[in-house]
Amino acid sequence: MSTPRPSLMKLDTKASRRSTMLLEHNVIKQRRDKVGLNAFAFLFAEIIRYSQNRVLGIQDLEAKLNELGQRVGVRVFELAMWREKSVHRETRVLQTLVFINTVVWRTLFDKQADSLERSTESEDEYMITDNEPSILKFISVPKEMSSFSPGAFVSGIVEAIVRCCQCPARVTSHVVPAEGMPLRTVILLKFDKEVMDREKRLEAGK
Amino acid sequence: MAKQYRNIGEEAWKNNVEKVSAELFIFTYGSLVVQLVKDYEDYGAVNKQLDKMGYNIGVRLIDDLLARTGLERCQDLHATAEVISKVGFKMFLNITPSVANWSADSKEFSLILDDNPLNDFCELPPKAIQDGLWYSNVLCGVVRGALEMMQMQTEVTFVRDVLRGDETSEIRVKLERMLDEEVPVGDD
Repeated sequence: MSTPRPSLMKLDTKASRRSTMLLEHNVIKQRRDKVGLNAFAFLFAEIIRYSQNRVLGIQDLEAKLNELGQRVGVRVFELAMWREKSVHRETRVLQTLVFINTVVWRTLFDKQADSLERSTESEDEYMITDNEPSILKFISVPKEMSSFSPGAFVSGIVEAIVRCCQCPARVTSHVVPAEGMPLRTVILLKFDKEVMDREKRLEAGK
Repeated sequence: MAKQYRNIGEEAWKNNVEKVSAELFIFTYGSLVVQLVKDYEDYGAVNKQLDKMGYNIGVRLIDDLLARTGLERCQDLHATAEVISKVGFKMFLNITPSVANWSADSKEFSLILDDNPLNDFCELPPKAIQDGLWYSNVLCGVVRGALEMMQMQTEVTFVRDVLRGDETSEIRVKLERMLDEEVPVGDD
């Protein structure tokens, strides 16, 4: 006589049907490739407008965008890990940065970030540069707010990802225009002390 | 007529629109909704705010649509519905909801979204469902704002949503009245 199957407390509500359906979706194969950049631009502009009404000052606005970006970053990281052929979670600073420069940027913006540099002044600061951030193309910053960088959203994404890779850092975004590249954005990462200490230890131990 | 709009939409999507990662868009929208829920703590207020933000988007989005497609003013609500579903949704979100459930007086119709990108990775907590959150309410605002710029005052609401366990998502568009073209003050 077969053993009775354990009875599952199955809430057969309409919502639980949705949950089961959602969990059965294949995450690895992308179901949907693209939407219009204009759709994203409208949404992003409205997000900035909404946030502007609830903050006082540029720092706060950048912090709000950073927070929004972090929620995106966590999910982008998880998806990237699922889809990567060689699943190898980076935990060292340099590998994490290369991961962001290549895999993450490619997932989000269809290109690699333009450069990765280490600051010559402080050894815990690194910079990722994007010469033409496509999602910031339609945001125009008024002169009186010229120090505001809408790339704060991207810095939030990056901040969440480095945290997921166990290399927490303070990440900010700065507009550094160059010849022919008025929107050139530099994402500045300042890694926490524990991370740099750990890196030193790991290097010494080699 | 429907085929013509379908072609216009597809042509616009293929050639006239720059593209961006859909998942970035989806996650960004989700992040926004979470932010609104935190800020307002009342799902009814979140619905209203999403609608308002959608409205702000819609009044500018219509210009983008007309500029990219060169379409002219529609003769009637049927044509309008076709443009919204086959051109508008196609060139911005790459989906084509179907138009259905026309009312007897041809003043109301539904857009059936069997595929809503915003829903892709989303699951609503039971409380949100209970309190009546319409997750993609921004779409209602967008349609309302765009139509108002075309001199149509409408009421646009969700009536069914997959995230709440319904079979499909359905937006109801109701034409309330035509607005008179207002000449800007000082333009004699």
